[in-house]
Amino acid sequence: MVASPALNAPIGLSFEISWQPRLEALLAAGRRAGADLVEIFLERTDHLGVLAEQETITNVSPSFGMGAGIRVFLGERDGFVSTNDLSDQGLLQGLDQALGMLGLGRSSTSASGFEGLGPLCDFSTTKADWLARCPSLAEATAKLLEGTARLAQHGQHLQARRGSYSRDWQNVLVAASDGTFARDIRLHQSLGLNVLAADGDHRAGLGRRYGTSGQPDDLRQWDADASAQDVCTSVGTMLYANYVEAGQMPAVLANRFGGVIFHEACGHLLETTQVERGTTPFADKVGEPIAHEAVTAIDEGLTEGAFGSLSMDDEGMQPQRTVLIERGVLKRFLSDRAGERRTGHGRTGSGRRQSHAFAAASRMRNTYIAAGPHAPEDLIASVDRGLYCKSMGGGSVGPTGQFNFAVEEGYLIENGQLTKPVKGATLIGEAKEVMPRISMCANDLELAAGFCGSVSGSVNVTVGQPHIKVESITVGGR
Amino acid sequence: MADNSLNAEALSGRLQQLAHSAGIQQWDLGASCSTDTSVQVDRGEAKQMKGAQRSAITVRVWNGDGLVGITSTSDLSDAGLERALGGAHDASAFGNAEETPAFSPLATAPLVTLDQPIHQPQPILTLLDTLKEAERQLLDRHAAIGTVPYNGLAQRSSERLYLNSEGACRHQILTTASLYLYARAEEAGRKPRSSGAVRMAYGTTELDIAGCIDEAASRTIAHLDYGPIQTGSYLCVFSPEAFLDLIGAFSSLFNARAVLDGVSLSQRDSLGQTLAVPFLSIRDNGLNPGNIGASTFDGEGTPTAPLDLLEGGVLSHFLHSEATARVFGVAPTGHAGMGAKVAVGPDWFEIGPTPGSSGGQQGLDRFSHDEPVVVIDSLSALHAGVKASQGSFSLPFDGWLVNGGVSRSIEAATVAGDIRQLLQAIVGFEGEAKITPDGLCPYVWVGGLSITGDA
Repeated sequence: MVASPALNAPIGLSFEISWQPRLEALLAAGRRAGADLVEIFLERTDHLGVLAEQETITNVSPSFGMGAGIRVFLGERDGFVSTNDLSDQGLLQGLDQALGMLGLGRSSTSASGFEGLGPLCDFSTTKADWLARCPSLAEATAKLLEGTARLAQHGQHLQARRGSYSRDWQNVLVAASDGTFARDIRLHQSLGLNVLAADGDHRAGLGRRYGTSGQPDDLRQWDADASAQDVCTSVGTMLYANYVEAGQMPAVLANRFGGVIFHEACGHLLETTQVERGTTPFADKVGEPIAHEAVTAIDEGLTEGAFGSLSMDDEGMQPQRTVLIERGVLKRFLSDRAGERRTGHGRTGSGRRQSHAFAAASRMRNTYIAAGPHAPEDLIASVDRGLYCKSMGGGSVGPTGQFNFAVEEGYLIENGQLTKPVKGATLIGEAKEVMPRISMCANDLELAAGFCGSVSGSVNVTVGQPHIKVESITVGGR
Repeated sequence: MADNSLNAEALSGRLQQLAHSAGIQQWDLGASCSTDTSVQVDRGEAKQMKGAQRSAITVRVWNGDGLVGITSTSDLSDAGLERALGGAHDASAFGNAEETPAFSPLATAPLVTLDQPIHQPQPILTLLDTLKEAERQLLDRHAAIGTVPYNGLAQRSSERLYLNSEGACRHQILTTASLYLYARAEEAGRKPRSSGAVRMAYGTTELDIAGCIDEAASRTIAHLDYGPIQTGSYLCVFSPEAFLDLIGAFSSLFNARAVLDGVSLSQRDSLGQTLAVPFLSIRDNGLNPGNIGASTFDGEGTPTAPLDLLEGGVLSHFLHSEATARVFGVAPTGHAGMGAKVAVGPDWFEIGPTPGSSGGQQGLDRFSHDEPVVVIDSLSALHAGVKASQGSFSLPFDGWLVNGGVSRSIEAATVAGDIRQLLQAIVGFEGEAKITPDGLCPYVWVGGLSITGDA
């Protein structure tokens, strides 16, 4: 039988330093053609997905791939070509195509001005064995089946129980004509538990996702029992919940994934891609208050093990801790190469992309509202009648700054107390109007893993916040 | 780019040889490759120009115990194929013995021939000039339209292939083009408003660019005069696009895979039960000429074919893969993906009045109706606001409140309900069915939906 590096003995083929002369030749050719900047992103990937349903593994889906993204800048314009063909001919043709987009063509005569790549910034040296240290397929399937068995143990009226595991390994090499030369290995693992409960006409579906970066042992350390209990407690409560009554009301949003409100309502509007498009109301507001003074918001790629953490971004820059809003005042935007060229906002190590097939763009990493001084119960006690959003579903933001997101698990607040569970709530609003209404932040900041889809594809992120109180927000329901 | 095409005969021969060496008797393969170019502009300047060459294969093997495993890769070299074959074989050790896919019995059945003209790609700088001109014309339509922040003109040449070890060989070559224009308009002292339009064709020279500009402009301008709406229950009119989006989000109603997994509102014995008003019919028909880029076969090689899902309000058929069809004792319907657990999904909906029925209330016209109606033009955030396994939805939308013939854009609102109640509350249809990228549908009137506004 043929060997299978993908499953039984993962080796994670890496980009060697021997790529340097090939890349330098391409970068020099691009500069000789008249490009201001040429960037090459090389990628190899190894993915494993496993799905368990009830007591059965129903899907194992390994995949592996490779490719290159070649980007050429001329002034504020750029051309981008992606290809699966990593041969010299394939890369050269990709460069030619990208140059042609800008009206440029290769020349053999003029000087390139390219002084060669700098020393390799190698962030992968301690990560070479990460893939091999990940759980085997047998371990992964056993752990998932433990999860679905725990769901059966803790839940009632469960019609469907699912556990999913995803392991994404990525080796990247970034080279650019400004001398950037950097290599990294990334490892992201995520686990999900989902259930559907049904009892007569009552139905409720709910899920939780857990994710880390750079921690090969993550799945082995997962507490399947605690996760299953958490999911089953929530779905058991929501199964008999009534639909929320619609209207304007105060809301308290729980910590962890409650942070999706900031991610959707404000975070996207602080990416330079939005400044470029003219779709953020905050473009000219640096130094001005845009939120309640209780709000300090941060985006960083540094928290160890967090799903959105990076050793370097997809343009070879080390991530930073970027204070976006400090005591309500806008401090800065998240920026990438293109954002810096087009808007003047300095890069923040936020150039991210799903894969080589996307040009990098300014994207969030670990984004959260900082902890405040209050106890969580103080926020709830301050509301006469409102909504407590314990668990949030997904959301989105539109081109005019309108955001929306679904409440997965909600409760009424009546006279400062949590009372009945309610379902079917959607929170809608506009960032400019809602940010000044975040009036209280609790002292219990926690983060949660998620995926964010935008202009450069789907990337791993962390959202987070302490419990926060919004003085008034539109709650859609029935 | 380097030659980016699939040679079915060579690929089949290589895989047969590798499988033979590995002792694998049964296998199949899905492969695709594509070459894309696209442009985006920003106020008369090129914003981004992109090119892409992609290739991918998925190999599926059956091991000695009859269990199935798969592996996918973008590496079509011999080493890549060998590694994929080995990965699939290893994965097959974890195959589901309770439900093992087999080759589709229709994998060698005749395919229909579609009229899908192949277009040569245009130079990217030509695309750029075309899009710049389209943007300029859209900006010129109204002083309030300041930017077209989301725009793109793209063309694609693609190939798909399905092969199996019993000699099935499906191959399709296709070219497509698309244009989208989403404008942003803002008047002094008012909130920005946005809307847009999309067009698809088999080549960029066939795109209805003028129609796309007209639609994007008229939709955007129609949202400039806006106001809040009172929360309450309203008679609603779904645009074809919005109703197709909603039905698509709840397509697990018709999906045999979801039924077997227990995550559909339908049950195994639901066929023959009434789901909607008797004058509503829904058909899945990927072969409709309006479905630009239609596939002639699915991921298992089964031919694409029309399938009635709802006839006279009664659930009549489910969408199937080979495995689900075997469970139900029917033939695969051409709606499968490829995998160890095969996904099932719709192609392209045809929604409208049941032939021979009254079609519900006649003469509906939202601009001359006696009572106020809410026109739901486009729905947002379906991924978050639809609970398909529960039947409920709560979705932000763009639309208008039409009262006494006067139409005013709604500032911000959500529509909420239950899909089963909605299908029973359809009042009738307005106008001729419109072809959209997702299907064919007229305006659909629905009574008594909950609208949340901020008035």
